[in-house]
Amino acid sequence: MTNTTSEPSLTSQPAAAPEPATASAPTRGFTGRARAADRDPRLPPGQYDARDGWPVLSAEVTPRLTAADWTFRVDGLVARPRTWTWDEAHALPASEYRGDIHCVTSWSKFGVRFGGVSLDAFLAEVGPSATATHVVAYSHTGYTANLPLADVTGGRAWIVWEYDGEPLAPEHGGPARLIVPHLYFWKSAKWIAGLRLLDHDEPGFWEQNGYHHRGDPWREERYAGD
Amino acid sequence: MDTPFVPPTAFAVPGRISVSSRSASVWQQALITQIRRETPAASTFRLKVPDWQGHLPGQHLMLRLTAPDGYVAQRHYSLASAPDDSGEIELTLDHAPGGEVSGHLHTVAQVGDLVEVRGPLSGFFAWPGDRPALLLGAGSGVVPLMSMIRHHRRAGLTVPLRLIVSARTRADLIYADEYGDETTAVLTRAEGRLHAGHLAPYLGAGQPEGGWEAYVCGSNGFAEHASRLLVDGGQPVDRIRIERFG
Repeated sequence: MTNTTSEPSLTSQPAAAPEPATASAPTRGFTGRARAADRDPRLPPGQYDARDGWPVLSAEVTPRLTAADWTFRVDGLVARPRTWTWDEAHALPASEYRGDIHCVTSWSKFGVRFGGVSLDAFLAEVGPSATATHVVAYSHTGYTANLPLADVTGGRAWIVWEYDGEPLAPEHGGPARLIVPHLYFWKSAKWIAGLRLLDHDEPGFWEQNGYHHRGDPWREERYAGD
Repeated sequence: MDTPFVPPTAFAVPGRISVSSRSASVWQQALITQIRRETPAASTFRLKVPDWQGHLPGQHLMLRLTAPDGYVAQRHYSLASAPDDSGEIELTLDHAPGGEVSGHLHTVAQVGDLVEVRGPLSGFFAWPGDRPALLLGAGSGVVPLMSMIRHHRRAGLTVPLRLIVSARTRADLIYADEYGDETTAVLTRAEGRLHAGHLAPYLGAGQPEGGWEAYVCGSNGFAEHASRLLVDGGQPVDRIRIERFG
């Protein structure tokens, strides 16, 4: 697995670069089911409301992973690397995310409720080093996603095991997954196994496959070069 | 120095496939040059894309429609056509109930209309034709797999390729007239769903040298079922790639 090739970053491009063909030409006969004027303000650009649906888009086989087998580790640039078992993680203060989630494939889901523990609680126990700037989140399947450390601290990321008060289903990442709801959902690694703190950015699975390094839905950071 | 824990990498990026970030980031005008009915629910749309940079079988693209007031709707669709030098590509899509984009394409779009596309995207599911491939698809999940079969034929490849395709009835089977000896069709209304017996001839002793790269495409329910059959049949979990339709 190579992860040394870095994609051109947003900051390497002039802020006011012309956007070829990004100004959409109207499509003959297309009116759109949802008018721009009455779009739900919770919906980022280019997204639609999946309502009761919750598509599953993992590219790997759903692992047979039980709560008893699940562990979560934080290491890399930290003072005290640590691995938590299911029970140890559950002993941390409970925290909940209520809000919206957005998938790069263009669906969004409003008013979801995830229960688990804030990532801040885990990080407080390991003591991140001052030089840490990024993390790689990795799954028990080997899936990876990169994130700036600032995107997973300050109450913006959780390790969760409940959805709507019920145990998180295996196909949605159960027994436990990361959620970083302010970024496209491929960053919210299912079957989370750990976080490694780094002093540089290291592209993860989709980022090596042409997707954007950060993935802010409100800026439509979908693919490398967006 | 603490040694970092390394998870068992059951799921690795295929290093041989590179993805152009440039083509993925630019929207292009695409002219609809042909619309063909495949089944009562599915049609094929042929698009002329002047600056198409080529694709690998299995990749998808993003298609965008724009309303006069600037409202846009975009969806991912798998490429059905093999890579070739025609300057045209094909998508086959179901008319999803209430589908905003597929509904427009199936009921309003005509030959001569322009839509916008960006891509190809995601090299993960792609098969460049370099190793034996066992393909499992259901419904319109067969679309990216057909791109692989078309590529195999067109390029005259001899590497083993097998397709097991599931549809409710013969009438629902997309590309029914195009399958050859490489394909087993499972018509679920008559025979029931895909089962281990359908895979048995290809797994275990029936594998080619070096084993298969398995590709699964369909609804999440099908993907879960088919990938479980593969794992139970001994297919290594890190050699199963899945494209699910949300």
